[in-house]
Amino acid sequence: MRFIETFRMSWRCSALALAGALIAGGAFAQEPIRIGAFLSVTGPAAFLGDPEQKTLEMYVERINAEGGVLGRKLQLVAYDDGGDAEKARTFAKRLLEQDRVDAIVGGSTTGTTMAAVPLVEAAGTPFVSLAGAVVIIEPAKKWVFKTPHTDRMACEKIFADLQARKLAKVALISGAGGFDKSMRGECMKVAPKYGIEFVADETYGASDTDMTAQLTKIKGSGAQAVLNAGFGQGPAIVTRNYRQVGLALPLYQSHGVASKEYVKLSGPAAEGVRLPAAALLVSDLLAAGDPQKPVVTAYRKSYEDKFKSDVSTFGGHAYDGLMLAVGAIKAAGSTDKAKVRDALEATKGYVGTGGVVNMSASDHMGLDLSAFRMLEVRNGDWTLVK
Amino acid sequence: MSGAWLQFVASGLTAGAIYALVALGFSIVFNASHAINFAQGEFVMIGGMSAVMLLALGLPLPVAVLLAIAAAVLVALVVEKVSIEPARHAGTVTLIIITIGVSLFLRGLAQLVWGKGVFRLPAFSGEQPIEILGATIVPQSLWVFGGAAAAVAALSWFYGRTLLGKAMRATSHNRIAAQLVGIDTRAVLFASFGLAAGLGALGGVLIAPIAFTSYDSGVMLGLKGFAAAMLGGLGSFTGAIAGGLALGLLEGLGAGFLSSAYKDAIAFVVILAVLFFLPGGLLGGRGSERV
Repeated sequence: MRFIETFRMSWRCSALALAGALIAGGAFAQEPIRIGAFLSVTGPAAFLGDPEQKTLEMYVERINAEGGVLGRKLQLVAYDDGGDAEKARTFAKRLLEQDRVDAIVGGSTTGTTMAAVPLVEAAGTPFVSLAGAVVIIEPAKKWVFKTPHTDRMACEKIFADLQARKLAKVALISGAGGFDKSMRGECMKVAPKYGIEFVADETYGASDTDMTAQLTKIKGSGAQAVLNAGFGQGPAIVTRNYRQVGLALPLYQSHGVASKEYVKLSGPAAEGVRLPAAALLVSDLLAAGDPQKPVVTAYRKSYEDKFKSDVSTFGGHAYDGLMLAVGAIKAAGSTDKAKVRDALEATKGYVGTGGVVNMSASDHMGLDLSAFRMLEVRNGDWTLVK
Repeated sequence: MSGAWLQFVASGLTAGAIYALVALGFSIVFNASHAINFAQGEFVMIGGMSAVMLLALGLPLPVAVLLAIAAAVLVALVVEKVSIEPARHAGTVTLIIITIGVSLFLRGLAQLVWGKGVFRLPAFSGEQPIEILGATIVPQSLWVFGGAAAAVAALSWFYGRTLLGKAMRATSHNRIAAQLVGIDTRAVLFASFGLAAGLGALGGVLIAPIAFTSYDSGVMLGLKGFAAAMLGGLGSFTGAIAGGLALGLLEGLGAGFLSSAYKDAIAFVVILAVLFFLPGGLLGGRGSERV
């Protein structure tokens, strides 16, 4: 049966794929398992796609060195969509139709992910997204899964912290990107559940270099705390302008800027800023008994040793995505797409960099609030808020 | 509320001073070649990024800043020599397209050399905000104003008092006549590129502590600077400065009183409005003499 499949594939497919299969092993049984990826390695979301691509390459190489999966090598087919949803759609189509990949791990941003979702659903290929927004998995789509926490969980984590500090009036400032808008919407939705009232709602453009105008308006709004839903360099400018205009209220950032780069860019202005983030960033602060500690410590060490740059949660999402896909292929015992999909949905107790994953038919992410840790910047570094 | 009002003006003027520096670069090249140099934003980026790199190499800040500006000038001169000069007899549109190619090339090169990260220079003189009548500005903003003012003063001396400056002015008025009286218009074009890049790089270095810098930070600054140059009238130096400040103010006040969501749109609405109603800009030449 597999022979016929392979035969049909090589007949229909380009000569390139055939050549690839021949070079890879010579025999048809040794045909590699193809993992497709479209990532925003360049462009405004490069800080997501870059560590993601590096992580995928590193672990595909490592898995192959350890003998591959089901006796077959993994082959990574990765494209750079530059953060452009239109390009992401084209590359997803190419992955599905020309490269005929067995599973897709990728989609650095919500925009690029959502552009590929209709194609993946129509083609019936397991797809693990690395983007944040809740729309990706809600409503649950048959073939679409994701590894990062959702922005709704980030909102809930922040609101729970605000509740504990007895702060109810919040000013919101968000960017114009997809992530920012989605998080703003989700925060608005869950706010009543935590008794939070928004007294200001400001926005800024993706490449704005000055947010003092917006923050000045917030200053006069009577807010007790400020929440900045955004990623990229915007939040760092917000943080610096925040101190400049003399705001002293608690400032919350989103998990979108949970990287050292944010702290570096913001400088001393970041002192006291709180944000929810995955355990990965604070692997050395975790208690010894924490189930995530071994996983995040190992990933962090591998990444930092190999690339000589600070680990980010985004690379961790790619690690989780690859491991979930590989785990599902192993559990399914084949690369049969329907079986791999079922195995992905049946994932229970996978401990990853983003948390402990328990998927179900209605939950294609499988994380709960405990996956988030509330962090505070102190002395230019993260500390865990108890 | 007057404090808020002043805050909007202060942040608008800071941005405007930068737009003015970029716009001046557009005007200088336009005067020498009648082409629009779309790589101008990239020189701003090269200034900022080189300064970050040189500082990381351990050089003191003032040296790093001067060398960064020199580096941008050097890049511009090389670019002019290898890509613009051989095509100087081609039409204006060809030159413009070449500069677009140059900007893509420089951006790609910057990405290879410096990576895709966002970087920041330390502020030149501390970060303690200064309060003026309820508005606050960071000391770096004063550097931006001072730098822009110094650049304008130096330019007006250069154009009014030096032989090369006068030659450049003559070329902008009438290239053929300038050639007839013995001005080397090739040298003028060459010098114009270096001068424009130097101004852009100065702007890039001055704002790197406030607005950060990355391999693609030149794109938006280039477009805003172009909008400012159009608003003031391409080729007019006073116009470039007025256009830059006006654009910055419009953005600042627009973000403050309307909605910050429209901030970037303002610049592009300005370009369109100018093209429709005032093709020569506020202070540019009227009619078709320039075209």
